[in-house]
Amino acid sequence: MNIDSIHNGVVIDHITAGHCFDLYEMLHLGELDYPVALIKNVESKKMGRKDIIKVDADIELNLDVIGYAEPGATVNIIKDEKLVEKKVLELPEKLTNVIKCKNPRCITSTEQELPHIFKLTDRENKVYRCAYCETKAQEN
Amino acid sequence: MRSVIDIVDLSTEELDDLIKVARDIIANPDKYAHVCDRKKLATLFFEPSTRTRLSFEAAMYELGGHVISVPDAGSSSASKGESVSDTARVVSCYADIIAMRHPKEGAAFVAASKATVPVINAGDGGHCHPTQTLADLLTIELEKNRLGNLTVGFCGDLKFGRTVHSLINALSRYEGNKFVLISPEELKLPSYVKKDAIKSKGIPYEQTTNLEEAMPKLDILYMTRVQRERFFNEEDYLRLKDSYILTPEKLRKAKPDLAILHPLPRVNEISVAVDDDPRACYFKQVENGKYMRMALILKLLKEAGTL
Repeated sequence: MNIDSIHNGVVIDHITAGHCFDLYEMLHLGELDYPVALIKNVESKKMGRKDIIKVDADIELNLDVIGYAEPGATVNIIKDEKLVEKKVLELPEKLTNVIKCKNPRCITSTEQELPHIFKLTDRENKVYRCAYCETKAQEN
Repeated sequence: MRSVIDIVDLSTEELDDLIKVARDIIANPDKYAHVCDRKKLATLFFEPSTRTRLSFEAAMYELGGHVISVPDAGSSSASKGESVSDTARVVSCYADIIAMRHPKEGAAFVAASKATVPVINAGDGGHCHPTQTLADLLTIELEKNRLGNLTVGFCGDLKFGRTVHSLINALSRYEGNKFVLISPEELKLPSYVKKDAIKSKGIPYEQTTNLEEAMPKLDILYMTRVQRERFFNEEDYLRLKDSYILTPEKLRKAKPDLAILHPLPRVNEISVAVDDDPRACYFKQVENGKYMRMALILKLLKEAGTL
């Protein structure tokens, strides 16, 4: 299968096999008018199988979303068909408007304009807590 | 702008300093009678409260300051749809410091992020109530002359009791403390509180469902109410409710210098017959809360450059 190499854009590599569509949704890539390729179940020495997303556009993606959803993923920035930057993502310390607090007693449930902020409180177990009410984030 | 939303916002040194100031206020009230002359505390209570509100207001009056308030904040600007952020900004124009209670968790954090004067969280739903913990700490200090090397029993609803979580967090910072967690299975201390405040610091603790068995080892007994609505079925509630009611009989095996604390209001979890026991400290605790609120108001106004 051939996927054209991209000229200027972003390649998200080392996505857990089968997770590329979830990440596609979380990054709202469906709203873009640029070529986007989702590649599933690619062989990987490191991971056995992995997914890849290629976006053929010079856009900034929300790295916090990628770091949260796929810690360990690699983001490659391509300019003029050359790799100019490579970032291995970790769980971000803080998430703003990536996930929502589901605690009905949280102030964010009534004051809609407030950003939903979560802080990483346990990296090992991937625990995020709401900055307002400290309720643990539920896995989406 | 420095605000206090959670007890963890205050370092151990700051807790010790607040206690020192509170002790000085108790010993020399006249020295503090005019330190807040012409300063204003706004009490914004978006849900009913008797003790906490009166305590803050009495604290400010005893410092020589004034209190501005609304009879029922929940039925004024908030009912017109004003956000907590806007209310905090507006009230900052009138007052030098704000004490706020709100039914929503995190409301005080939002207010503090927008206010231009210090905000003290006077309770945000079931989340935090740091000045209650300050009252608890001063009471323990005054009764025991120390905050470490104590065996502290927490009894009742350890799952939802925000005052319990907060006091465990504060006492876990002092050396030599041991915790005895006394509750029905349904109302055990949440695992994240246990992990963060007890296990990660290697603090010895035990869990039991039996108050009488735990009694002889305790230096402090912190009572809370076991509420009917917390149980999954009525049968369990009826079976357990009396086990966690403190009576003179249950105190027979207690140490003679035990200190009994309760954040109040009490319903029936401490029999009124215990009130005359010299070990009952819960009404002293109320008064101590006022002194600690005075110390906190002073500290925050000084840090804000208002005093």
